Amino acid sequence: MDITYQEQRGCLTVVLSGNLLHIDSQFNKEELFRFARTNQVKNIVICQQNMDEWDSSLVVILFQLMKIAQDRGISIDITAMPDGLQKLLFLSLTVDRHPIKSKHNKSDFLEKVGTWGINTISSIKRGFLFLGSCFHSLGRFFTGCAIFRSVDLWRILDDCGPKAILIVSLISFMVGLILAFVGAIQLKTFGAQIFVASLVTIGMIRIMGAIMVGIIMAGRTGASYAATIGTMQVNEELDALKTMGIPVTDFLILPRVVALILTMPLLVLLADFAGMLGGGFVGTLMLEIPPEEYWKYAWKAFDLTSFLVGIFHGIVFGFVISLSGCYFGIHCGRNADSVGVATTNAVVWAIVWMIVLTGIITFFCEVFDI
Amino acid sequence: MTKETIIETERLTMGYGSFVLQKEMNFKINAHDIFIIMGGSGCGKSSLLRVLTGLVSPLKGNVYIKGVNFTTASPEEKKEIMKKCGVLYQSGALFSSMTLAENIALPLQQYTDYSPKTIDEIVSLKLALVGLSGFETFYPSEISGGMKKRAGLARALALDPDIVYFDEPSAGLDPISSKLLDDLMKNINQTLGTTLVVVTHELDSLLDIGTNGIYLDADSKTIIANGSPKELLKNPPNQIVYEFLTRGKQKNVK
Repeated sequence: MDITYQEQRGCLTVVLSGNLLHIDSQFNKEELFRFARTNQVKNIVICQQNMDEWDSSLVVILFQLMKIAQDRGISIDITAMPDGLQKLLFLSLTVDRHPIKSKHNKSDFLEKVGTWGINTISSIKRGFLFLGSCFHSLGRFFTGCAIFRSVDLWRILDDCGPKAILIVSLISFMVGLILAFVGAIQLKTFGAQIFVASLVTIGMIRIMGAIMVGIIMAGRTGASYAATIGTMQVNEELDALKTMGIPVTDFLILPRVVALILTMPLLVLLADFAGMLGGGFVGTLMLEIPPEEYWKYAWKAFDLTSFLVGIFHGIVFGFVISLSGCYFGIHCGRNADSVGVATTNAVVWAIVWMIVLTGIITFFCEVFDI
Repeated sequence: MTKETIIETERLTMGYGSFVLQKEMNFKINAHDIFIIMGGSGCGKSSLLRVLTGLVSPLKGNVYIKGVNFTTASPEEKKEIMKKCGVLYQSGALFSSMTLAENIALPLQQYTDYSPKTIDEIVSLKLALVGLSGFETFYPSEISGGMKKRAGLARALALDPDIVYFDEPSAGLDPISSKLLDDLMKNINQTLGTTLVVVTHELDSLLDIGTNGIYLDADSKTIIANGSPKELLKNPPNQIVYEFLTRGKQKNVK
């Protein structure tokens, strides 16, 4: 690569030779531009000697020189340049290369608060509309008028039921194990380690089983609902359903909601017993409680009402997780990024609503002494 | 004067698993050509493009790009070769979370040591080249399908490639946008001397821009014609090619 330049009687001659690829960092172009701006330069001539390959970095340098010449009202001769390069330089100069003012201007604080307020109100409105249409679809389901494919319901049931058994069992077993460990440390100091069985049983069947299943299913199934429906939105499949006159809530949301409402109580049941098994593992192996003694105390602590409250939590969580997943999927944007956002929101809001509803259910249980 | 060969295939057989799409393909692509890969739906045009761009390995045979065996090249060698190749996908394949300027700047930031100012200059030059001057700050979701394709082309041209591959460039475009893209492709070929390898079955487009090409036949699973589309239309080598180039007209071809 070689770029040389010299001034003679007001004429700045720039000579290009050799291979002119990636010349941006190898050549001090600022010095050349400074020189071209001096008053002693009256015209510029670009010449070449055995010029080989060139790329956009050369175009940028020559374009700057042409702009300097244009600004100073002096002539510049590029006729010795290859044809393609001349055309590119001509194009660079003729088009308006000032970017259109960004539409993504920074807004001030008040505008941000206002926008947030408007968005929140419209989200709440959208949420209620969505909830209404889901209840409407459920009504149609119970009256046998809903339009959906039973094969879809079976496929979704298989996905959120049998295929979730392993992960739910493993996590619940570990949670029971941890509960027993933590309880054992305190109870051992009073010589009351036998009550580990009661602690684990009450904890798991009343709320922990349902919460753990809820969190697992929000991350596993809720996210999958949002991603699937979001991708369908990107691929215009939702538009196709609408134009065919098939209600999206019936066809896509209903099987998912029904599947989770049916499988969640069963998974909570499984989680309860897996947790108790985890507690029993610690009780018999670490605290050396005889297995029959452990199970005697566990069954003693087993309360049908608490168990049913746990199962009820499961049904509510199933409803919340499926609605959250479907809502964010349906309101997903039309690009890849939006699918990611929809998935994250589906999981986050499902967990938030599960905790809020747990608080509400617990409050009512206290009020009605359940 | 013989033209310089930029891509050459040698007994190339491609397919998926035991299913063979095309077999024993031997063809050459000359530098500065607009080379059209023609054929009916499902004959393996797009698969051939995936083999040529290294996304899929062939079942058998070799692809040589600028004399280097691309099929057996190491990942580093392949990366070096692909730096001199650009690809325009059917949908444009722009990254939706980036503006058009950021999309085009990405390969420049990855593979060159240009200053940010130079990169900005090159980006606006490339956008000007495809007629999208001033759209630097727009996101892909804010522009039309035709504009997306042109922006995708600007990104494919970012590193001044020797070869640009096009997968169905006219698909989904109205006739005017399609013609604009064809003119743009010819302009780039003539101005920059870039070799264009185009997969298409748009008759108007391939007859207008193609300087050379091959026809892939789905039944015989091999190349049944070789030459410029205009020449193939004038002197069709067989009935299949004639019907393809005349939208199903019947004629006894000897």
